[in-house]
Amino acid sequence: MKLHEYQAKEIIKGYGVPIQNGVVAEKVEDAVAAAKTLYDDPEGKFFVVKAQIHAGGRGKGTVTETGAKGVIVAKGIAGVKEAAEGILGGTLVTIQNEATGGSKVNKIFIGEDMYYPGESERKEYYLSITLDRETGRDVIIASSEGGMNIEEVAEHSPEKIVKEWIDPSVGFQAFQARKIAYGLGLSGTAFKNGVKFITNLYKAYQGTDADMLEINPMFKTADDKIIAVDCKLSIDGNALYRHKDFEGLRDKAEEDALEVEASEFDLNYIKLDGNVGCMVNGAGLAMATMDMIKLSGGDPANFLDVGGGANAVTVEKGFRIILKDPNVKAILVNIFGGIVRCDRVANGVVEAYKNIGEIPVPIIVRLQGTNAELGAKIIDESGLKVTSATTLAQAAARVKEALS
Amino acid sequence: MSILVNKDSRVIVQGFTGKEGSFHASQMIEYGTQLVGGVTPNKGGSLHMERPVFNTVSDAVKTTRANVSVIFVPPAFAADAIMEAADAGVEVIICITEGIPIKDMIYVKSYIDDRNVTLIGPNCPGVITPGECKVGIMPGFIHNPGKIGIVSRSGTLTYEAVDQVTKQGMGQSTCVGIGGDPIIGSTHLDIVKLFNEDPNTEGIVMIGEIGGSNEEIAAEWLHDNATKPVVGFIAGRTAPPGRRMGHAGAIISGGKGTASAKMDVMEACGIHVVDTPAAIGLTMAKALGAKV
Repeated sequence: MKLHEYQAKEIIKGYGVPIQNGVVAEKVEDAVAAAKTLYDDPEGKFFVVKAQIHAGGRGKGTVTETGAKGVIVAKGIAGVKEAAEGILGGTLVTIQNEATGGSKVNKIFIGEDMYYPGESERKEYYLSITLDRETGRDVIIASSEGGMNIEEVAEHSPEKIVKEWIDPSVGFQAFQARKIAYGLGLSGTAFKNGVKFITNLYKAYQGTDADMLEINPMFKTADDKIIAVDCKLSIDGNALYRHKDFEGLRDKAEEDALEVEASEFDLNYIKLDGNVGCMVNGAGLAMATMDMIKLSGGDPANFLDVGGGANAVTVEKGFRIILKDPNVKAILVNIFGGIVRCDRVANGVVEAYKNIGEIPVPIIVRLQGTNAELGAKIIDESGLKVTSATTLAQAAARVKEALS
Repeated sequence: MSILVNKDSRVIVQGFTGKEGSFHASQMIEYGTQLVGGVTPNKGGSLHMERPVFNTVSDAVKTTRANVSVIFVPPAFAADAIMEAADAGVEVIICITEGIPIKDMIYVKSYIDDRNVTLIGPNCPGVITPGECKVGIMPGFIHNPGKIGIVSRSGTLTYEAVDQVTKQGMGQSTCVGIGGDPIIGSTHLDIVKLFNEDPNTEGIVMIGEIGGSNEEIAAEWLHDNATKPVVGFIAGRTAPPGRRMGHAGAIISGGKGTASAKMDVMEACGIHVVDTPAAIGLTMAKALGAKV
């Protein structure tokens, strides 16, 4: 489960990680009122106004309606008002969400200016914690190139990246925090603050069952404080049962409306932008079916794994969700019946079809496994606009026919 | 011959008396698996399906000399169940449970790495040596004893490959579903090594999907060591980046773990890569024919 920057910052603050202070607002007037609370004398002071959407790349992203950037440094209350007007309610398109048409901005974060001048050099760093799948351990990745995309840094200057793996039998060690802080070139007070920052950040990662926690940039102020200017936090969905307090943090407005509806039916559905819908049992076979649709000259309109219980109720829900997508020109149902028998699935398809009434697109039902022939017979004799197939190759050919 | 399980395997079920455990235990017994008992805390001393129930895995192993355990306990308790089996000296632990938190699996992996034990899964269909022993949730009847070893991260896609191999008249030595999670006990590499050494396995089918780099690692090892033909498929060429495709581990992150990149490496390592699973059976038949 992905969280917004403001939610993530509040959580890590609870673990003793210093953050850039700020407030959240949903309306321009609230933003103005909130900004006034950040400084005793706000006029002439700088603020940073940031769109709260899940996608990254906000600073370089643009709000379609106004042309404003997703992150704005504003001067004084008038500046905050102008920035809020430019961002709130608009559609922010960044490099990470342009494929899905951008995200509507419902909230902004107004933060205090941390880039004030002073004796020490101001500098941005990168710090993240995630699972390293190859070793099966958590890894902390740090870089002196803050504010940059870490994949690019890894490609162009890998020597600027420091990595520390955590041994689960003893946990994160103090020497590892020192190694990272030295590796980033921190010294003096900033070093001490850095060690504390890294140590507490790992506690936050552990304590929240995160699968990714990224601070970019982690910032050294002109008075040697180390603070989180941005924060991305994602919680392991399988561990949410241990964190009832996070229940209210899911933002359904960030998700595709059809996906939200499908999740309420307990369907594992992902919306794509193709023209052939599909309903499959098993995630691997579902992906393979999408690939097959592509090879047949179509494009998959969705991923949908109905799991082991491919009965009439599930199939009907699946059809209803798929049919809400106006791009769908055909639907391929691909079931490998193991424990679930194909004749029961076929009856489920027929029943679901009749319950829905008229389905305007051709449906191809490929059944293989237990009682496959009986299933095909039920489909063929149903009198409905449904075609049966037994092998994968046949199913692919039927999809091709349906599209031509 | 076969790998991991055979007719002499003595199998116990953890979560024996639960709904899932009971259903699949009965299917395994029907298939002919030597199911010697089960474990459900606080139900020890009773009989279930005419087999003894134990409070602890340790008790079960002492009494039944079980060497394989299959786990059906709910995700919140599954990590504990795996470690209990490892502690009791079970040699092969097969965890079917889906939805175990990543943090729990990090501890489990570290725990079993220190012990002489093989973990298959979690979030997998299990392992079957056709005609001898079925330990998991796969439909037994699609399998036939034979010479092809199959390793895969998914369930139904594996059945698809099995079905094709059976229909080509080749049959399977052993089929291993290694699971769809980001942290799994045995990887593609661990299993292809076993198949490569198994005298009864003449060809290997390796099925992967997007996410991680396990398929590439196995492919590189096979390039230097394979003594038999390998047919490969990767699911998810049309999957969008950054989305979890059903399996917790099926995600392209930071541009890494794409199907095309995996297929390229496999191809370069001499694996017969097919672009649709519909071609797995025929491609293997041809690869074996060409070898003879």
